Amino acid sequence: MEEKKLTKKDLNSMFFRSWFLLGSFNFERMQSIGFCVTLIPAIKRFYSKKEDQKEALKRHLEFFNTQPFISAPIMGVTAAMEEQKANGQPIDDATISGVKVGLMGPLAGVGDPIYWGTLRPVLAALGASIALTGSIVGPLLFFILFNVCRLATKWYGLKYGYEKGTEIVSDMSGNRLRKLTESASILGLFVMGALVSKWTSINVPLVVSKYTGSDGKEVITTVQMILDQLMPGLLPLLLTFLCMRLLKKKVNAIALIFALFAVGILGYWLGVLA
Amino acid sequence: MSTFEIVMVALVAAICGMGSVLDEGQTHRPLIACTLIGLVLGDVKTGIILGGTLELMALGWMNVGASMAPDAALASVVSTILVIVGHQSIGAGIAVAIPIAAAGQVLTIFVRTITVFFQHLADKYAESSNFKGIELCHFIALLLQGLRVALPAVLVAVAAETGLVTSLLNSIPEVVTRGLQIAGGFIVVVGYAMVINMMSAKYLMPFFFLGFVVAAFTGINLVGFGIVGAVLAILYIQLNPKYSAQSAAVEEIDEL
Repeated sequence: MEEKKLTKKDLNSMFFRSWFLLGSFNFERMQSIGFCVTLIPAIKRFYSKKEDQKEALKRHLEFFNTQPFISAPIMGVTAAMEEQKANGQPIDDATISGVKVGLMGPLAGVGDPIYWGTLRPVLAALGASIALTGSIVGPLLFFILFNVCRLATKWYGLKYGYEKGTEIVSDMSGNRLRKLTESASILGLFVMGALVSKWTSINVPLVVSKYTGSDGKEVITTVQMILDQLMPGLLPLLLTFLCMRLLKKKVNAIALIFALFAVGILGYWLGVLA
Repeated sequence: MSTFEIVMVALVAAICGMGSVLDEGQTHRPLIACTLIGLVLGDVKTGIILGGTLELMALGWMNVGASMAPDAALASVVSTILVIVGHQSIGAGIAVAIPIAAAGQVLTIFVRTITVFFQHLADKYAESSNFKGIELCHFIALLLQGLRVALPAVLVAVAAETGLVTSLLNSIPEVVTRGLQIAGGFIVVVGYAMVINMMSAKYLMPFFFLGFVVAAFTGINLVGFGIVGAVLAILYIQLNPKYSAQSAAVEEIDEL
């Protein structure tokens, strides 16, 4: 019997389909239809009997949820396992499901901090800071850089997963992923520190002292001037810590934003903020 | 507003709406969504500036695990329409964006619940190995997510021109709009806090403080910060005994 293998065209098709992984996200089984739709080219290639196709479709309509870009290697590994199964290897349904479920959690744990915690905030902040001047370079930079990273992850992830097949499972437990996650966190935290200082503005114009200097000019000292001498950005830093603590106590982010709006209005009305 | 413009608004809004559930190309992010709507309405510059402002506020909004972010797509699209067609200030645009994002989140939850129906339909198609049927379920659900933003956007676009929305917004007192603008300067910390919390590891916090202090006393731009941050990360990993095979040997030498 001829060995069944995915063609280049199948892999391309899976790659495009994976862009829509979250299209039918729902609260019952989350990304399950999206995962199944991505696997369809592989299922068609590997199984010709209707009964086998049905089993494979059902297998991949099970609950699935992970970070969408990092799903690509999981899809690759899954396709490799289906291939082994179709070629007569003794792989049962539970093994395939087990590998899927086993990978989706840890990989989401790596993908979330890298893509949502670091890459997007950093690129978005960079793009936004340029956009504030009204330049189209801001949105373009963000869009292009982010999507290049996304597509590279998805394409090489899918290929890597498929080629490495089951091998990947043991590779994942190594130090490599931990190093990558930790590096991303360091970079992210460092840039966040800079953002807190640079891209926030709180101004307390309350006058502390006012006197006429020897040259006849009036010298005014405000609370903000004293704070800036101590440490520029001190108030935003304290406010960030307050928010972090409140969020950890499960305070809703939208509620927090509304509260800060109230602080802004009240502060302006009282003359404490400007 | 011409029919063509309304059609284009609906189209762009649908793309942004689908983007917010897909979370792939990032068309739902304010930076992109506001720019696109600005382009369609013939005032790209305002769109870009509003997008940049909202983007900084929404920096920490992300779909992690099963949790959902506020709806940046609807907020960006509607507030850009209000600012450009309704002749509002950027400040007013920011002010309306937040309540709309909250309302949009409810809409998203609604559609994601409807999608459960398609999930069960897909199960049925799987029984007869109907590939096309499953694909159809998937993409109709996606289309509904697009309509989720497109329909409200068209309604607002039509209402904005009649002046109804404008007069409503103009009646907001100055203390409120100015206060909101001031709050806009520091409201970003909520987003920062969310990002920091997600990466939270106490032993890595020194890097956060380092970034803060360096930014406070120097004029390095964000690209510079990215590079310095990456270098720090590499150094940390290289020097960390946790990742080094010879860590035991190094410790012995240290003790001698």
